[in-house]
This record gives sequence, C-alpha cells and structure tokens, in this order.
Amino acid sequence: MSDIRLEGVTKRYGTFAAADQVDLSVTQGEFVTILGPSGSGKTTLLSLIAGLNRPTSGRIFIGGRDVTNATAQERNIGLVFQSYALFPHMSVLENVLFPLGVRKIGGAEADKLARDALKLVRLDGLEARRPSQLSGGQQQRVALARAVVFKPDILLLDEPLGALDRKLREELQVELKQLQRTLGVTTLLVTHDQEEALSLSDRIMVLDKGRTQQVAAPTEAYLRPANRFVAEFLGIANFVDLPDGRQGVVRPERVRLAGEGQGKAARVIEAIYLGQMVRYHLALDDNRSVVVAVPFLGTAHAPGERVSVSWESADVWPVT
Amino acid sequence: MNRASRLEGFGFIAPLLVLMVVAFNAPIVYMLGLAFWEKGRGFTLEHYEGLLEAPVYLRVLGNTMRIALIATIANIIIGYPLAHWMRGLGSRGRMIALALVVLPFWVSILVRTYAWIVVLGNGGIVNRALQWSGLTDAPVSFLYNELGVTIGMANVLLPFLVLPLFAAMIRIDDRLLQAAASLGAPPRTIFWKVYFPLTLPALAAGALLVFILCLGFYVTPAILGGGRVPMISNLLDTLINQIPRWEQASAISTILLIVTLVIFAAYRRLDRKASGT
Ligand SMILES: Nc1ncnc2c1ncn2[C@@H]1O[C@H](COP(=O)(O)OP(=O)(O)OP(=O)(O)O)[C@@H](O)[C@H]1O
Ligand SMILES: [Mg+2]
Repeated sequence: MSDIRLEGVTKRYGTFAAADQVDLSVTQGEFVTILGPSGSGKTTLLSLIAGLNRPTSGRIFIGGRDVTNATAQERNIGLVFQSYALFPHMSVLENVLFPLGVRKIGGAEADKLARDALKLVRLDGLEARRPSQLSGGQQQRVALARAVVFKPDILLLDEPLGALDRKLREELQVELKQLQRTLGVTTLLVTHDQEEALSLSDRIMVLDKGRTQQVAAPTEAYLRPANRFVAEFLGIANFVDLPDGRQGVVRPERVRLAGEGQGKAARVIEAIYLGQMVRYHLALDDNRSVVVAVPFLGTAHAPGERVSVSWESADVWPVT
Repeated sequence: MNRASRLEGFGFIAPLLVLMVVAFNAPIVYMLGLAFWEKGRGFTLEHYEGLLEAPVYLRVLGNTMRIALIATIANIIIGYPLAHWMRGLGSRGRMIALALVVLPFWVSILVRTYAWIVVLGNGGIVNRALQWSGLTDAPVSFLYNELGVTIGMANVLLPFLVLPLFAAMIRIDDRLLQAAASLGAPPRTIFWKVYFPLTLPALAAGALLVFILCLGFYVTPAILGGGRVPMISNLLDTLINQIPRWEQASAISTILLIVTLVIFAAYRRLDRKASGT
C-alpha cells in the first residue's frame, strides 16, 4: 500500500499535450476516480503512473519514492487495461499465476494465492478456461484477479467496466468497491461514466484536454463545481444569472416546482419518468430552459401545462 | 443449402472438375500406379523391394531430408529476427521491408539461382570480401556442394516463412506486452512467455511449409549443386530422363508423396491453430 503524488506531470506528443501540468495527491487506501471525456488524457495519465510511458516533464512519487524514471517492473502496480489484455494462450489460472511466476513465487503457494484471487472475484470453477471462452464480465474479473494477486501497492483501473451492459456494470461496481475495501489498496479508476465516479470514489478528479479541472469529493464537485466545464460534465446544470452579474449553477433536485403564480412562470416542455423521480424540461417566459427533478408521487404535470419554479439563493453556486 | 440447389451448383463446376480429373489427377494416379504394375504379370511390389535393396535411394532420401532440415533451420534463424524487426517499423518502413521480402517472388527462380553463382563463385563478391578481410587465404567453395544448395534454397524460400510469421506478429496487441511489463515481467520473460508462444503456431506452420517445399525442390539443387548434391527431385530427373526407369521413379514419388502428405497434415493442424480458431 502506498500513496501517489504527481507534480506538474506533462506528456507531450509533438506539440500536443495529452497531460498538461497535472498535480494530484492520493493518500494511502484512497479510491480516486479520474473522470473526463474521450481523449482527455485519462489513459495517458495511468500509463505514466504505471511506468509504461515516461512523462515529458514533472515528477511521480509512489510511497514517497521518486519513480519518474523507474521501469514498470520496479513499481509493483496492478493495472487493468481498458481492453483487459488477458494472455490469449494461457488459461484463466495461468493468467493469474503469471505475475507470481515473475516474482519467483511458485508451487503450492502460488496456486493457493491464484485460487484465492479468483475466488475473490467469484470466478472459482473457471480456472481451466481460455480467455476467449469467457464473457466480457468474466474476462474483466480475470484481469482484476491478475492485477491484485501479487498484492500491488497501487491498483490502476482503466475503464474496467466500459464494455459491459448496465446491469452487469452496476453489479461489478459494488464488487469492485468491496474488493478495494477488503484489500485496502490505493486505487485510481478511470471512467467517463459520471454516475460510476460519483458512486464509487472518495474523491474525483475531472480532466479536460489534459488539464485538471477539479479534484474534490463527489458531492462537493457536484454541488460546488470549480468551473462551467465541471458543472456541465457532472450531471445536469441549470445556469442562472446572479445579482452581481455572474452566473450560477443550480442542480435539478434543488429547484422547487409549484403551481402557477408561486415563482417564476414556466411551461412544461417534456416530462421524463425515471422510476422514483420525474424530470421536467421547462421553458421560462424568457425562453431559457430549466430542468427540474422531483419525486414521482402518482400524478405529474403534462407537457404544455403552466407551472412555476423557484430556488434558494444558497443552492446557487457561482461559476466562471 | 438444400439438396436441389447443391446439385444445381454441382452442374456449374462439373466441366471444370472433369478437366481437373482428366488433366491432373489421372496422370498422377497413373504415375503412382506404374510402380505397382508390371506388364503381363499384374500387381507387384518388386519395385519397392528394389528401393530397399539399393541403399542409394534411401541415402538420397535421407540426404534430402537433412538438407531440407538445415535449410529450414537457416530460414528460421534469419526469418524470425527479420519478421520481428519488421513489426517494429513504422507503417512506411513495413511497406518497404515487405516489398523487399516479396520482391524475389517476382524474379524468376532461375535468374535468382544463377545470381547466386555470381555472388558465391570463387571470384564472387563473398569470396573477394573474405580474402580482402584476411579471414581466408584461398577461396571458400560455396558452389556445387551442400552449402551452396542450402544457401540458395534458404533464400528462395524465405518469404514463405517470413510472411506468415510477420502476419502473426503484427496481430499481437502491444497492450499484451505492456500488460506483462506492468505485471512485473522483465523483457526476457515478456519475450519467452508472451511474445514467442503467440508466434509459435505461425512459426511452426511456416517452417513445415518451407520444409515441404525443400523436399521437392529441383531447380536450385540442380544448378547450385552442379549434379554433385543428390536430392530426390534430381534423382527422379535422372531416373526418368536418362536411364529411364519409370517404375522406380514412380515408387520413389509415392514415398515422397506420403512423407509430404503426413507433414502437410501436421502443417494444416498448426495452421488452423495459428489462425486462432
Ligand atoms: N502515442 C500517441 N501519440 C500521439 N497522440 C497520442 C498517443 N497516445 C495518446 N494520444 C493522444 O492523447 C490524447 C489523450 O489520449 P488518452 O488515450 O489518454 O485519452 P482517454 O482520456 O483515455 O480517452 P478514452 O476515454 O477515449 O479512452 C488523445 O487526444 C490521443 O489522441
Ligand atoms: Mg482511455
């Protein structure tokens, strides 16, 4: 177990900066999620930490040790690739044994460690299969078992659940969180799924175009986004004018919805049912749109109906 | 597909099939049959017995196998690093290297083989370079012996090994190698435990193909061996065109065919593995 510290880490491909002056500090045992749109530099950042790539400038510390120029073998990091990268010519068990063999752990001890790791991800019984004979979710779990079996100091997960369907993804999210808590391993997870980020992590780091936008606890980043990009990237944002001329953001759950004449007048454009919630897309009289989310209590407003909206000034967070 | 349409399809290929059978297969069967048939006496195995009695035939067969094996090994030693090096090139470099490997295919095999005479002869560039550098005093004889035949065959057959090997190598995802590195494997382990096993089926299939082609090679051993390196196909040439003893030639061909088919069966199995099914 170790902490991670990035100081001004930059990776350039030609003149293009895939990672630009990134600072980050992850404490021991913490679960941090890197969130950002496609091409924002998430995989680049992980490969720099894993040692598969060298930064153009900046320094990387793991467990207090400067590993900027250390090779991947010297770092003891468990990495799960976006594409799993299982060895196709080896069985499930042989895949999980691989990092142990490299560390000169063999025989019964290695066998037990590997089987325990497979049990941890609930894959016992499939040891003899080839990766091509597994479903996507099972492959993902083999990759996970292979990455944790040698007790790495750090676990790096690159969109490990990206290729899976929603239900399986939600199941595995719970498993992943439990696994991380059991092992107590410092974890960096990459995703572009903001719900995943909000539900799994102690803190999130929002990236855009290789630059850090915000590092904060999920609710903090959601309710008090550092800038317009974060506000829009994490969930739905209503932008409103503040008295001082700046703009502020109000989340849909913080907007109050009432009958006509109890706030700003608005017209229902669309009502979307989300199980326990209904989301209304409204148009104000000045044609600006507002999104409201309220609990679904049996009846709902129909499109075209006139309503009114209001919000507490404390729920409006100024953004630049 | 149902029966009727299958029969209908057969109608289209029937003329071609008849042509194939009459023009290619029938002569081969006739050739093979020659060894079992004696005029006026019917079925006989005496030509095979004759093969066993005259040790020269088996010696030539053994000799052919040995030369084929050496040429195949030489091919692997040159071809594997070459294909691996090509994988590491950029896309332009790959195109150029690939073209250079394939180019000899478009040059007549006769021309290429004679080119080796120029290169390897006593006054050829190889010998002049050796003498100039002081490695040898007298010219080394490369020609009209096994060494020359082996060099020539290895050269002619190189693309048959390099192409399937290169195809298998570029199919290996770099991320697999990165994964191995991230799991703590040093470069040697990555090569022997991940990279090499993934190229092994293609290597074995390519090597068997080269070996089979070596067994039946005629032009190169004839020219670079100068008649002094007896191989099966040259022996057949002698038996048919000079002595002539067709029955003996037929018996040898049958044995060669069986050996080749057995190896080919092994090749097919490996090739199916190499293409990942
Ligand atoms: N080897 C490379 N050469 C040049 N550019 C590269 C290279 N690797 C990545 N890039 C560029 O760096 C940027 C960041 O890539 P990266 O793979 O880190 O994105 P990502 O955030 O992981 O995206 P995704 O969510 O699609 O996986 C992209 O614009 C990409 O084109
Ligand atoms: Mg990525």
